[in-house]
Amino acid sequence: MKSAASNLEKKLSGGRPAVTAEIGPPKHSNPEGIISATQKLKGCVDAANVTDCQGAVVRMSSIGAAIHILRGGIEPVIQLTCRDRNRIAIQSDLLGAYSLGIKNVLCLSGDHQLFGNHPTAKNVYDLDSIQLIRLIRRMRDERLFFSGEVIKRDEPRFFVGAVANPFAEPYDYRVDRLEKKIEAGAEFVQTQSIFDMERFERFMEMCVERGLNERAYIMAGVTPLKGVRAARFMQSIPGIIVPEEIVRRLEKSADQRAEGINICVEQIKYIKEKIKGISGFHIMAIAWEEVVPEIVERAGLFV
Amino acid sequence: MIVAEQKPIGEIDRLTLDYRRLLLLGCAGCVTVCLSGGEKETEIMAGALRLKRRNEGRPVDIVTRTLTRQCDPEFINEVEELAGEADCIVSLACGVGPQYLAERFKDKYVVPAMNTRFAGGSVRLGVWEEKCGLCGDCILHLTGGICPIVRCPKSVLNGPCGGSRNGKCEIGGDIDCAWILILDRLKKLGRLDTLKQIIPPMDWSKSRNGGPRRMTREDLIIE
Repeated sequence: MKSAASNLEKKLSGGRPAVTAEIGPPKHSNPEGIISATQKLKGCVDAANVTDCQGAVVRMSSIGAAIHILRGGIEPVIQLTCRDRNRIAIQSDLLGAYSLGIKNVLCLSGDHQLFGNHPTAKNVYDLDSIQLIRLIRRMRDERLFFSGEVIKRDEPRFFVGAVANPFAEPYDYRVDRLEKKIEAGAEFVQTQSIFDMERFERFMEMCVERGLNERAYIMAGVTPLKGVRAARFMQSIPGIIVPEEIVRRLEKSADQRAEGINICVEQIKYIKEKIKGISGFHIMAIAWEEVVPEIVERAGLFV
Repeated sequence: MIVAEQKPIGEIDRLTLDYRRLLLLGCAGCVTVCLSGGEKETEIMAGALRLKRRNEGRPVDIVTRTLTRQCDPEFINEVEELAGEADCIVSLACGVGPQYLAERFKDKYVVPAMNTRFAGGSVRLGVWEEKCGLCGDCILHLTGGICPIVRCPKSVLNGPCGGSRNGKCEIGGDIDCAWILILDRLKKLGRLDTLKQIIPPMDWSKSRNGGPRRMTREDLIIE
């Protein structure tokens, strides 16, 4: 069952900017919403992330939702957090996901359960995201389970991703930590939503200086803001910086949604033209997927 | 030390409602140090229970003792006679105490008067903090003497995660980000390079996950 590389991997290795979007599974078992989001995104993205109970809120599993997305014609990137599964469940899910045709995985720690709708839950954190990256790579490259036992046939051959947050403290250490993730085996990296362009430029300069962009594909994360309220909400999330300048610009505009899209398009163009080391864009427009085609087109990201 | 706190008196009253002769047992170990289950606290609890029961027309006989420790059978033996006279034993020790008592006095109903919180120490008078996750596989030498297992809410061994803000953890409650503390400390020690190594996953079989742990030291065993 040696299947070909994922679309995302092919696109990234081809040298043209890849585009990924994000689809958030529902808080029920009806797939219509994600199927419709898939239709809206089809043809303008190379792959779509499927979040894993983001915000520690119970939702349809990322693997389950990914199958609907895959059937709908988009290649999924399953997000896999360390919060809810121990090493046994993680490997079992990886085997199952790969058997169903899922080829990309993004490794995260996961939001703490206190933020979600089950704050009295016991968290797992048997592994952290860096250990997870290394172990998934080892499953693929050395055909070994986490325990060291040999996988006798059909090892899961995932394209392994990590996240990076240039806007979380301590800023000085963020490049080191990304390097550690790449060292562990991350092949592509999606960043947290970029609003503070200055800080992102500095972050990327350091990445390029260390050659991290040569060792992994770094995708810049962007989020179109629906308006001032969305911007203020973003500001409340640790690890996201939304400069006041952006909030003021939204405030002043007659059509905040349109302005939010304008800002996002400008950000992508700026990054594409001015910032070195970027291999693609990760557009996070959860529950606003319909704007992604417009953003992709206006930003000149040809898929 | 083991840090524990008393259950509310109303709860202890409810748990002992069916009994009229109580033996309240304090412990002179950790719970005395953290001012929750020593001799003084045992007397205060006895007084409060007596008063409550009397006022509510359900008087109770309470005898109190404070054992040197409740985690050693030899000290438990000291109250054999008193236990015989009581119909319910209330332990003010950590969660270890009620178990030793229940094992020793098989026909007695044993009630825990405490909620055992954590292994830690005092910050200042009246404030205690968890410091040790009792994982059984110490890595404090790698992390600047700061335990990420128990002091990071996600037990991240290769941190910090993205949720660190102004040196605090995103989950709030004024919790210091353990990984910021680790970075600062290793920087001061000139040992930041240590963190280039990926700390491997823990062997949780050495922790509680391997079932109740038992430690044997042959050199101390007298045949």
